[in-house]
Amino acid sequence: MGSSGGRLFEGADWDFQTLQRVHDACEKIARTELGLDVYPNQIEVITAEQMLDAYSSVGMPLFYKHWSFGKQFAFQEASYRKGLMGLAYEIVINSSPCISYLMEENTATMQTLVIAHAAFGHNHFFKNNYLFKQWTDADGILDYLEFAKGYISACEDRHGRETVERTIDAAHALMSHGVDRYPGKKILDLRAEEKRAGERRQHEESVFNDLWRTVPNTKHKSKATLTVERRRALLGLPQENILYFLEKTAPRLAPWQRELIRIVRHIAQYFYPQGQTKVMNEGTATYVHYRIMSRLHQQGRITDGNFLEFLQSHTNVVFQPEFDDRRYSGFNPYALGFAMMQDIERIVKNPEDEDRDWFPDIAGKGDVEGVLREIWSNYRDESFINQYLSPALIRRFRMFHLHDDPAESQGIKVDAIHDERGYRRVRRELARQYDVGFVDANIEVMDVDLDGDRRLMLRHTTVKGAQLNETDTRRVLQHLADLWSYDVALTEVDGTDKVLKEYVVSPRAAAVAA
Amino acid sequence: MVMHIVDRRLNPGSKSLENRQRFLRRAKALVQGAVKKSSQNRDIKDVLEGGEVTIPLDGMDEPRFRREGGTRDMVLPGNKKFVEGDWLQRPNQSGGKGSGAGEGDSEDAFRFVLSREEFVDLFLDDLELPDLAKRKLAETESEGLQRAGYATSGSPANISISRTVSRALARRVALRRPRKDDIEALEAELAECDDETRRRELLTLLEALKAKAKRIPFIDPIDIRYRRFETVPKPVAQAVMFCLMDVSGSMSEHMKDLAKRFYMLLYVFLKRRYKHVEIVFIRHTDRAEEVDEDTFFHGPASGGTLVSSALVAMNDIVRTRFRPADWNIYAAQASDGDNMTSDSGLTGLLLTDKILPVCQFFAYLEVGEAANYTFDMPDSSLWTLYERLRNDARRCRCAR
Repeated sequence: MGSSGGRLFEGADWDFQTLQRVHDACEKIARTELGLDVYPNQIEVITAEQMLDAYSSVGMPLFYKHWSFGKQFAFQEASYRKGLMGLAYEIVINSSPCISYLMEENTATMQTLVIAHAAFGHNHFFKNNYLFKQWTDADGILDYLEFAKGYISACEDRHGRETVERTIDAAHALMSHGVDRYPGKKILDLRAEEKRAGERRQHEESVFNDLWRTVPNTKHKSKATLTVERRRALLGLPQENILYFLEKTAPRLAPWQRELIRIVRHIAQYFYPQGQTKVMNEGTATYVHYRIMSRLHQQGRITDGNFLEFLQSHTNVVFQPEFDDRRYSGFNPYALGFAMMQDIERIVKNPEDEDRDWFPDIAGKGDVEGVLREIWSNYRDESFINQYLSPALIRRFRMFHLHDDPAESQGIKVDAIHDERGYRRVRRELARQYDVGFVDANIEVMDVDLDGDRRLMLRHTTVKGAQLNETDTRRVLQHLADLWSYDVALTEVDGTDKVLKEYVVSPRAAAVAA
Repeated sequence: MVMHIVDRRLNPGSKSLENRQRFLRRAKALVQGAVKKSSQNRDIKDVLEGGEVTIPLDGMDEPRFRREGGTRDMVLPGNKKFVEGDWLQRPNQSGGKGSGAGEGDSEDAFRFVLSREEFVDLFLDDLELPDLAKRKLAETESEGLQRAGYATSGSPANISISRTVSRALARRVALRRPRKDDIEALEAELAECDDETRRRELLTLLEALKAKAKRIPFIDPIDIRYRRFETVPKPVAQAVMFCLMDVSGSMSEHMKDLAKRFYMLLYVFLKRRYKHVEIVFIRHTDRAEEVDEDTFFHGPASGGTLVSSALVAMNDIVRTRFRPADWNIYAAQASDGDNMTSDSGLTGLLLTDKILPVCQFFAYLEVGEAANYTFDMPDSSLWTLYERLRNDARRCRCAR
């Protein structure tokens, strides 16, 4: 089969041979022209109903059972039936082999688009981006999920569903604070994780931790309390991974509860990179499918009609409503990502003087694919935008920066627009919107009152005066206190350590930890 | 590179069914309230059709640490006329806290669709037949197996290994079956022995032992024991529901329709909740007849009214088919309340003497014509009668 091996398909119908042909044609372009390096592909054809199912278990093919997924399902089904929401064309899973779900309703053109987008675009990104390499274990994830599902259902059989559900509820509430944000620990190996689960529990049960001594010390020793530094060092404080801290040190959790927390924590960690690379990930996939589809059309392997059909859905995907449009709901990661990738292509190929000033490293370098591959591997959204959002693109999107200070009675200030003075500020602010450090509240475990009532002390360092929502915070703290089984205190401070608000929550009587 | 295509379309769907059920269980109280409320606004016919209910999200929230307020910076696309340093009016007065408005409180209630099954389950969930007291050993259908010691015969699947082996061991000890160790020891001695007489001695001994070991088997058929099971009848509460309906000429089509819907609902409830419920349909004009389900709900009939006829028919059926000692008897009667004045005495007598004593519960439903229904309408003759009876007997309930 040569590069111009005739039409891949005619009309809208397809069968498995078509998919195979399409995959092979896409692969050829992906490897030779774009130089992509992907996990082996596994393409699964599913129905619309199964797609809805997949939605409600965060897109994973197997997942543990929990009522909150049912809630999500009910919610999504309702809006789907009302026609408020279309279904995605595909779901792709960061695993090896890389699994892409294709809906059976898609036309042949759409299947081609989806294969190019997911099976090559996303797949390459998953395999090569540094965040995914660092934080996720594509080989092990499916086995680990299988293990998690089995473990949780075994726990339910043994300890009762309600108890297990309460623990998972509590862990879910803290999920956003259950990730390690900085590397340094060893690379995640989920397979070994699964094997070790049992041994670890046994070991921990057999080891005595002096911190939780309840029997009084002998007389002459009782004066010698731990110094603050020693205690904090022993507990690994301050710690911003609250779930990790609970798993390791919560005094009254049963071993299986610790394992549940660990499972939730691992899964949160697995999804952590995805949240930080939405623009890049979608940008990469969209750029890749655009390149592949255009080439297929050029080679005459898809008809003009097919190509127009593709262009129509492509344009829908990369549509960016303006801020005063009713449809506006933030930047569309597909639009921004794709525009930036194309812009980089332009800068590498045909730079203007301005681009040479702004991007001396890549302007006019000529090797578009090489430059892009390099970028795809080494950036996340925040650093990507901070580095590569060009003045040309800021002008094209007509971006502007608003500064809203509630203390300012005059209103909202337009701080920067797409002009010479504004480019850098707009770019910095936009990058900051994608910075996880700013997106999640900065909450740390500070200390435990070992001499007194074992109160757990947390601190929220506010940024730009944004405080926590009180109702939700009380609820989350309630969950936290139930796991900790003693009082939990949260202090909100501003940058100068001035205390803004304090919360103290006691565990409920029928607490999670018995 | 190898690529696999997997067709998952034939996989069992509804992978999220379990999650959905968990969610429903969790939201049960809320959903049940919503179902009740929504069924009040519906026709009885539609109650069982399932449909959409709305429940508040309270109690099923998934809280997160969420921030609000403070100074906000945002970058937006689509600038048309702003230049640096412009001041914009805040969209509304609460603008300073507007950040969370999109995610937070707009989600406080949501609607979702219940299937017919789910809806009916929830609708009928907390209903029970009252006073289901008499339990009797039913003859068939509800037999359970119970362990009942050991037997010398049985099917190979039921061999009790532990029992068999321990019996074999006891027998071997009692008959002094030579142990393998002893034979091996003798054989070892024989192999090293040079003394001819001793050798001969050993050989005979060994042969005797071996022969004995052969005669006394390791496991003999007489050792084998089987686990024995007995079938035990399980007590079942048997119940019968009598549906008595007036189909006389005074009942208008609308009234009959209403009564039929009532029975329809009762029928669905009984079928779903109880396996052992018999239902007897009796319709009456001035004569009563027992009919099948289909005729009861769909057959036309007309004539005069003689309520006692239905009660007589019911009493006969009870006497012949449902011994009050064994059966929980329920009755539901629907009528427009008209009765021949001369019949009242007999009806009252039948009820107090025959029917009410054997019934666990007797319900009377009076259907009125919606159009002429007024509050000062005089009570119908039946109603007056039953009202009086109710004050005497506790197992009677009237409704209209």
